Formats: sequence, C-alpha cells, structure tokens
Amino acid sequence: MSGGSARGGSTGRWLGHAAIIAFASLFLIVFLLLPLASVFAEAFRQGMQAYLASLQQPEALSAIRLTLLVAAIAVPLNLAFGVAAAWAMTRFEFRGKAALGALIDLPFSVSPVISGLVYVLLFGAQGWFGPWLDAHGVRIIFAVPGLVLATVFITLPFVARELIPLMQAQGSEEEEAARVLGANAWQMFFRVTLPNIRWALLYGVLLCNARAMGEFGAVSVVSGHIRGLTTTMPLEVEMRYNEYDYVGAFAIASLLALLALLTLAVKTFLEWRYGDEIAAHAPGGH
Amino acid sequence: MRRRVLPGFGISLGYTLAYLGLIVLLPLVALAWKATGIGFHGLLQLLASPRTLAALRLSFGGALLAALLNVFLGLLVAWTLVRYRFPGRRLFDALIDLPFALPTAVAGIALTAIYAPNGWLGRWLAPMGIQVAYAPPGVLLAMVFVGFPFVVRTLQPVLQSLARDVEEAAESLGATRAQTFFRVILPVLVPTLLTGFALALARAVGEYGSVIFIAGNIPMRSEIAPLLIVQKLEEFDYAGAAALGVVMLAFSFVLLVLIALLQHWSGRWAERGA
Repeated sequence: MSGGSARGGSTGRWLGHAAIIAFASLFLIVFLLLPLASVFAEAFRQGMQAYLASLQQPEALSAIRLTLLVAAIAVPLNLAFGVAAAWAMTRFEFRGKAALGALIDLPFSVSPVISGLVYVLLFGAQGWFGPWLDAHGVRIIFAVPGLVLATVFITLPFVARELIPLMQAQGSEEEEAARVLGANAWQMFFRVTLPNIRWALLYGVLLCNARAMGEFGAVSVVSGHIRGLTTTMPLEVEMRYNEYDYVGAFAIASLLALLALLTLAVKTFLEWRYGDEIAAHAPGGH
Repeated sequence: MRRRVLPGFGISLGYTLAYLGLIVLLPLVALAWKATGIGFHGLLQLLASPRTLAALRLSFGGALLAALLNVFLGLLVAWTLVRYRFPGRRLFDALIDLPFALPTAVAGIALTAIYAPNGWLGRWLAPMGIQVAYAPPGVLLAMVFVGFPFVVRTLQPVLQSLARDVEEAAESLGATRAQTFFRVILPVLVPTLLTGFALALARAVGEYGSVIFIAGNIPMRSEIAPLLIVQKLEEFDYAGAAALGVVMLAFSFVLLVLIALLQHWSGRWAERGA
C-alpha cells in the first residue's frame, strides 16, 4: 500500500471513528439511560404529592425497614465469611483449594429462584426440617429468617471475591514480619491486614449491599408475600405493579434506583481514588 | 515453616467450610434429594411435557442468543471506551455497571414501561408490527440487559493492555484495518470474549426478576423455566420444582464446561497464532 492511499483514507478513518463513537453512545443512552429515566418519569407521573403519599403508606415504610434489616444481617455475615475465606485461601496451602474457590463462586451461577427454592426444601412445611421446626414454633420460610438466608446465599461471593485476588497479590511478608516482631494475632490483623485490604473490603461490601437490598427472585420464593411482614422493597414493587398501582410501584423503584446510582457513584470514586489498593478485582461482580 | 508463623489456619478454614456447608452445600443436597422424589418416570414425564420443553428452550435459547448479542455489543462498547476519548466517556464508563446495580425488579418494570405498546419506544415499534413487551423479544431484551456489563468489564483490561505496537507493525507491513482487526486483535480477544459470553450466559439462564415483568408469561410462548419452578412451588409440587431446578443446573453446568473447553482450545490457538 502506498502512502498516498493512507493519506486519502484519513478523512474516511476519522468518519469511521466518529460513527463508532456515535453509535456506541446512542446505544448506551437508549439501552441504559432510558430505563433509568423512565423509573423517575413514571414515579412522578401524577406529581410530587402522589409520589410522596405512596412512599408514606405504612406498607412502603415497613418494606423499607425490612429491606434495611435483611441487609443489616446478611451483609455483615458475608463480610465475616469473606475475610475468613480469603485469609484461609491466600495465606495457607491445603488440598482442595481450587474446589473451595469454585464453591465460593457457585451462588453466582445458580438461578435466584433455585437459591430460594433450596431453603423451601430444607425449612418449608414439607421440607427436611419443616415438621421439626413447626413443632417447636419456629418459622423460617414465609418469615424474616428465610429472607435473610436467601439473601446470604445470593450475596455470599461478593466480599470473598474482592479480597482473594488482592490478598494473593499482596502476599504475606508484612504479616509475617509483624508476627516475628511479636504482634499477637489480633494486633497483626487490625494493624497490618485490615489497613491493607480496607478499600477492597469496602468495595466488596458496597456491591454485596446493593445486591442484598435489590434481590428479588430468591426472596420472592421464600417470602410468601405477606404485606407489612415479609415484603422487602423489590417485592413491594412487584405487588404494587401487579395491582396496577404504577405510581406506587415506580415510587419504591425510584428509591432502589437512587440506591443503585449511589452505589455506582461510590464504586466509581473508590476505583478512581483507591484503584491500586482495590486492584485485581475480578470483573463481573454482579 | 511459613504456615507456622501466620495464625488462624484452623479457625478461618473451619469457619469457611462450616459456612459454605450450611449455606450452600446442605441446601443443594436437599435440592438433589427432593428431585429424586419424582423418580425416573416422573423425570421423563416432566421433560416430555411441551410446556416444560418450551420454557427450557426459551430460557436456554434466549440466554445463548442474549450472550451472543452481548459479545458483539460488549466488544463495540468496550472498544469505544478504551480506544477513544470523547465527551461523556467517563459517565458512560460508570454507567456500564447499571444493570448490576439496579435491582432486577426495577429493571423489569422500567423496560416494560418503555417497550409496552404505549411506552416511549413501544409506541414507535408497535405500528411497525414489532412487539417487544409481553412477547419473546422482551425476554431477550431483559436477558441482554442483565448480562451486558460482563463482556464489557472482562474485555476492558485486556484491550487496555493490548500492545499497540503489534497493530502498528501489522499496519506498517501493509495489513488493512480489517485484516489487522480480524487477524491480529480478534484472536487475542477470543478467550476473553468466551469468558464474558459464559458469564452473561450463566446470568441470563437463571434470570427471573427482570424477565417476568416484560415477558407476559404466556405458556408455550414467553414463559421462562425459573417461572415454571415458582409455579410448581405454588402448586406444592416440591419434587417437580426441585427436579426442574436440577435439570436447569445440569444444563448450565454442561454449557459452562463446553465453553471452558472451547476457551482452552482457543487460548492455544491464539498462542500459536501470535
């Protein structure tokens, strides 16, 4: 190819680049921004007052409380699990490590409906432990413990997945040094390990929390949809929607959309400010 | 010697195993156990039911198609975000994860509102005879939406680290842009594209929340397999629900193993090509 043809193609090349950028931008606007905008447009369709009134109904408030409660239990459980799993996986050698890693990731490839179903099979009226629990007056399915269990299952991998590649990359020299210099286990953990992983930990907790508060399929199966008692915010969205209360459904949905935007904003900030300390985070954190 | 210095092996591994055993393994064993309750004959009957077959075909066929679409769309978007500088690029980049962050029920009703016959886009599509909401295309749309970030996010770091000098060498040796892309760039990306494909596929196969609102859930036409599981549960057909769950997990497992094999093979092919 001669230099002449390359020069002649430069205008065409510029147009090609512009066309790619324009197409990708248009696609992202229609595909991602439009649904987000429609949530707020539908929520405010009948004005501010209707919006606020639908958020002040008692079932809306109890759904918000329940969502916060479930996340407040499930997220710390998976936080503790994530730290323990990452510590075991990255600081010691043992047989079956690869299998353990696959098991930690497993909940991501299980349908949310199946994630809820398995607990119904364990604790439901016809489940393995159902009759025993019933005799002792303990309710798990169609009650808050079931919602927590399903949420824990769904969000189990988030924190561990952030920490494992990071702690693997960081290595254990600093911790070993602390031990050799006489630090006890807790001193080592709080003064060396935790400061090294804090931003990745926060990142994992952020994603874990977003999914915990937004989970629908798994909690839908174990909830029983008892209004005011077992309906989290996403379930309240569904119930209102099915009752043709669109403003009410989108009003709750708008709160969840705000949570999503807040999550994205904090996530982007963490990546921008502490990218190196979060580092090797696996793509596709759901 | 090393492992002696660091504390907490027993307690961290023990806690990890106990937690996984209780939260993940025991429930999955219960699932498999319950599924055997319908027996071999029951399983055949379940799989021979036209409604089950239609739902499985929609869930798996739709997910495969959605993952394939996501490979093309994801490649285009990741390429644009990595290679070009333009106004709004950072905002778009942050927005890519929206389908992960937005609760599926919210995505479901939002997509339905847009693509319903009276929606922002639906009202333009309806006169053209294109029905998205309450029909199979709606299922596909929701599946593409929830799986979209996977391909972009797996590709971005690879595209970023792709050595420009190889492309420049190819072009200076007289390769056209198309040749450079298909012979030099694409082979290196294939294993990553397969990873993104597998992640998007796994997500779309089991997707429930975003799909059920837009699908219309017409039996034999736009009813997904997870919804069938929910319906069996509501009819107290626990064994049937469990069996369908096991069938879905087994199908997904086989697909993911096939993709892993393909990836292994394509990785070797890319190495040989380079």
